Amino acid sequence: MIEKTGMTDARKSLYFHLGLIGALFILQFILPAYHHGNLARIMVLACYAMGYNILFGYTGLLSLGHAMFFAAGMYGMGLPMVHLGWTPEPALISAIVVGVVVSAGIGFLALRTSGVSFMIVTLMFAQAGFLTILYFGEWTRGDEGFVIKQAERVMAGFDLSQPTNRYNAALILFSICLLLTIRLVHSRFGRVMIAIRENEERTHMLGYDVHFHKWMAVIMSGTMAALAGAAYALLFGYAGATFASVQYSIFPLLWVLLGGAGTALGPFIGTLFMFYLIDLSSSFTTAYMLIAGLALVLLTLFLPQGLVGEFRRKVVPWLS
Amino acid sequence: MKKTSKSLLTPRRQIIKGAAASLALGAVSMPLMGRYAQTQSAEPIKIGFQVHRTGIGAAYGRWYDRTTMAAVEKINNAGGINGRPVEIIAEDDGTDPKRGAEVVEKFATQHNADLAFGTLFSHVVYGSAPRAGELKIPYFVVSEGHHVASGALNRYTLQPGITDVKSQVQAMAPFVANNLGKKVTMVYPDFAFGHDHRDYFSAAIEAQGGQVIEKIAIPPTETSFTKYFPKIPRDTEVIYHVMVGPAVLTFVKEMGEFFGSSRPEIFGFIDSLEATDLSSPGLEFLEGTYFWEGNPRYAQANQSEYDKAYRAAVGVDANGASVSDSKDVSTYAHMFGCWETLHIVKAGMEASGYRGTGDRAKLIEAVESMSDMPHSDAHPQGAKRFNGKTHQVFGHQYITKVSNSKLDLVHTTSIEDTLYPDEVDYTKQSF
Repeated sequence: MIEKTGMTDARKSLYFHLGLIGALFILQFILPAYHHGNLARIMVLACYAMGYNILFGYTGLLSLGHAMFFAAGMYGMGLPMVHLGWTPEPALISAIVVGVVVSAGIGFLALRTSGVSFMIVTLMFAQAGFLTILYFGEWTRGDEGFVIKQAERVMAGFDLSQPTNRYNAALILFSICLLLTIRLVHSRFGRVMIAIRENEERTHMLGYDVHFHKWMAVIMSGTMAALAGAAYALLFGYAGATFASVQYSIFPLLWVLLGGAGTALGPFIGTLFMFYLIDLSSSFTTAYMLIAGLALVLLTLFLPQGLVGEFRRKVVPWLS
Repeated sequence: MKKTSKSLLTPRRQIIKGAAASLALGAVSMPLMGRYAQTQSAEPIKIGFQVHRTGIGAAYGRWYDRTTMAAVEKINNAGGINGRPVEIIAEDDGTDPKRGAEVVEKFATQHNADLAFGTLFSHVVYGSAPRAGELKIPYFVVSEGHHVASGALNRYTLQPGITDVKSQVQAMAPFVANNLGKKVTMVYPDFAFGHDHRDYFSAAIEAQGGQVIEKIAIPPTETSFTKYFPKIPRDTEVIYHVMVGPAVLTFVKEMGEFFGSSRPEIFGFIDSLEATDLSSPGLEFLEGTYFWEGNPRYAQANQSEYDKAYRAAVGVDANGASVSDSKDVSTYAHMFGCWETLHIVKAGMEASGYRGTGDRAKLIEAVESMSDMPHSDAHPQGAKRFNGKTHQVFGHQYITKVSNSKLDLVHTTSIEDTLYPDEVDYTKQSF
């Protein structure tokens, strides 16, 4: 009986998210140009947040160094395109490979620690990654970064610098990441991840290889972040060290907290909310980060499970 | 019913009378119509101002803002552009390349601005320029980066109001080699801006028969520099330094402690000390050293009437600080670029008969066709030469010497000193 209800809930949740993807597809025909462009960017950044959510929201590991994964994908894509003249297709594969390798390596080392130490170790690794990008300035152009020219950003015949192509490319990526997250959460592997979040000791006692599951979670999370970084470079034509800096490690944490950790949709809603909060408040005050900070404090106080988390708690308990 | 049919069947005479009356009325109302048409076209020219209000560029942003508003006031008081007032729409980019790109999108697609303008930090230019090119909005940067002239950007991105780092650095070499020494040790931040200095100056000093004998790159996270000074070779004749950020005060203080009273000649870029008071504690060691300045911060004895008028319009006193607060030191070596860029926009729009966003390509072509610009109210920093192919302007550079905590002009380079071969021809790119 429980199994049956679970199946039904999973299906309901899937339809809900498919509906959202459909709505995002339709929105491109309605939205004014400015918001159309914004939403494309938000979807890409939401993929970054979804990657973060796999580790933080579902596995309970708080990383402060995800910018290094985002940057790994960004440079994994951008460097071969600019220096080796690769087309976007192999460059995207290179970005994914770099994402897997970097997250597997960092995960292997960082998971020797836990809790606060894990946060500090990931933060330090990310800082080392940031400085490495500056150190190899000959190729990366360091903090200044480099442009990937419009003519080179053509994938499978689609010019990704064009608004419609860009939007749909972002939507495809977003849909893949969202559906993968839902699939993961409902899989046996995902349930072990959630069990680790809820009680690591008990999961270990039940005979699961906790370390392996955590390592795989870091790899999946890091690779998804890398994919988002690669997409940003490809769709918006720029790669730079700023994206490897500390603030870009903090952003996905904020987006996920705002939207709701451990919800499939939370990262997207959090990214969307934060973008428009800054965009609107910056038009009348330079202290817009203060407003963003205040909103975060209020949300943490009154909606501790985030926007989607509270929505799930009060309205749709079956949401993934 | 009858009445209706009468009105439907209007006699020919009445039609002729009516037509004549209409013509007369038309003739009388022509001036009114003209005025109406003018009102229609007197819609303001909207300039999107991408400003560093927060983040690392905030001090520059504050002064870029003041200079921009002063330039717009001057232009509007003189009748605007093509009879239309100029309106500035400012958006903070947080000195961040992602937000920078978003701000350019906002100008193009939400504010429907005629152009975007004003960016200083190179990474924001790099992050934003691709979007400007895709959205086909002219993007006038005031950044001094070599990005535009290097060919990395696109036809919609121009830098007509400020010279680039390559030309600035190259123009320093003859003065350094002839007056300060030929054996140079460079100290620079270990990121792109520092690497530009390292590469361009090394090549330029060699062309003068000099040599960079040591290159000391300092990681951007460094807060103390004592361990780097012993790396300076003993036979160094000149130290060339360019440090950016708050650590510069510590750098100068520690360099003073290291050398004591016997130091080599020292030459630096004022970028390190923009918006910083030269009488700040710890900077005494700079006495007698030399600086590159894009525009001399202190009003010189031979100050031009143009600099005088510009200084007054922006609200800067003879010491380069705000007239309302002597502690609020300006970014005088760079901010003139905003003033000059806006005057070039005005000249370009007037030359092309710019009417609206449909004429953006015409505006770019008009700017591309510009060349020599005389020292004038529009160009208070000095005469300029614009290269339409590379979208980059070239101009005089100033070398000043610290004397009694002020900067006295000792050398002005020629424009020819700053030229280098073209690296791109943007005019070959389509719109």
